[in-house]
Amino acid sequence: MLKKVVVTGIGATTPLGGDSKSTWENLLAGKSGISTLTQEWVATHELPVTFAGQAKTPAKEVLTLQEAKRLDPSSQFALIAAREAWADAGSPEVDPERLAVDYATGIGGVWTLLDAYDVLKERGPRRVLPMTVPMLMPNGPAAAIGMDISARAGVRTAVSACASGTEAIANAFNRIRNGEVDVVVAGGSEAAIHPLPIAAFAAMQALSKRNDAPEKASRPYDIDRDGFVMGEGGGALVLESEEHALARGAKIYAEVVGASVTSDAYHITAPDPEGSAAARAMIGAIEQSGSSITDVVHINAHATSTPVGDIAEYNALKRVFGDHLSKIAVSATKSSTGHLLGGAGAIEAIFTVLALHERTAPPTINLDNPDPSIDLDVVTSPRKLEGSNILAITNSFGFGGHNAVVAFRSTN
Amino acid sequence: MALSASEVLAGLAEIVTDETGIATDAIALDKSFTDDLDIDSISMMTIVVNAEDRFDVKIPDDEVKNLLTVGDAVNYITKAQG
Repeated sequence: MLKKVVVTGIGATTPLGGDSKSTWENLLAGKSGISTLTQEWVATHELPVTFAGQAKTPAKEVLTLQEAKRLDPSSQFALIAAREAWADAGSPEVDPERLAVDYATGIGGVWTLLDAYDVLKERGPRRVLPMTVPMLMPNGPAAAIGMDISARAGVRTAVSACASGTEAIANAFNRIRNGEVDVVVAGGSEAAIHPLPIAAFAAMQALSKRNDAPEKASRPYDIDRDGFVMGEGGGALVLESEEHALARGAKIYAEVVGASVTSDAYHITAPDPEGSAAARAMIGAIEQSGSSITDVVHINAHATSTPVGDIAEYNALKRVFGDHLSKIAVSATKSSTGHLLGGAGAIEAIFTVLALHERTAPPTINLDNPDPSIDLDVVTSPRKLEGSNILAITNSFGFGGHNAVVAFRSTN
Repeated sequence: MALSASEVLAGLAEIVTDETGIATDAIALDKSFTDDLDIDSISMMTIVVNAEDRFDVKIPDDEVKNLLTVGDAVNYITKAQG
């Protein structure tokens, strides 16, 4: 028999705040986490993009010296987010063999890899840190969390670019739903604000170049959007079978009611302009919930602020919701956080869960001149969500043609 | 000019503290790297490489396994300075 799955803990470290509470407060306040990069390497490499969403609280201020030394920044963010989520869930007593981790990253330990290559070139192979391999591997963040909470039912890493975090939550949901495990710490992180990824994303014309006004650069659905803004950080959710959560009297934020992963098989980076596979992912998640599309009141859109991507998602939304789309409150929270790549799905799942739990859809900032070709009801100041048993979905799409959608239902 | 054994100990203790966070005054000649200081092989390799840089000596990989205590390392480095 399939189990019901609920969210019992959340944790995050983002450009808006060092924990989920401050992140959410600053999101609702319409703040931007984007700022000019002051590191020397920006000028050294004459980078065409000079801003990003850096983590508000540096990880080294939170972790011990040893943890910071032995973990890539992506794993540091993961550990910080997971510890907050775990404590928020009440540090549950769980049989380790029924406790798992599904934690994603889009790129992996890119800082570690590139620093190590610099050391190799400048100082030779003997000076390359012996921890280099475990620090750069993409499963590093998941493994760090798994060891921290003694999860022995499997520690897995979804790697599907910017859909990674959402895909990890989908994977976790399915494991609990199928009765394989009782509790999973799920989510994703990224730490790629490094000159090479910035240069590479800029080379493909994916990044906004609004260097003179960083806080205005991430502007999904605005006619003047010119690309996404890189962000860093991580998010984690404690997913638990409802049965397990009720037995221990846990606080429940929302129910995870559906998840779906599809693929475009269209182009390695460009989204399918028809959005048919993205639409199937949304329909799949909603159908699995046993609800109908008219029950959906809120969407946390992928909406990265690229000229092409925002339109493609809009086309997919029209395909799924038709006339009902005008009744859905759409939030594009990357306008405040920037794009956390493999961490994006995790923090946006948290925003979706909090939107249901607090009945408040978060705002989309910088929408000064809405693109007339995108006819959505975009939330620009915090908006009350009415009703009980309301449904919300979060969308994530990634290079490679990955589409991942998770649906949540309110429980309060 | 070659450093004395006590100067090597002081320098090595700083390296170990920097790598592991262990208090410098806990790092004495009779302490075993693994049993007393709980230093794993990965930290040990980092300590060895940092000691090579600091004291301008070579510590071959084959030799590292013979350096069981802090005293073993101090003796090796003191002699290797020539």
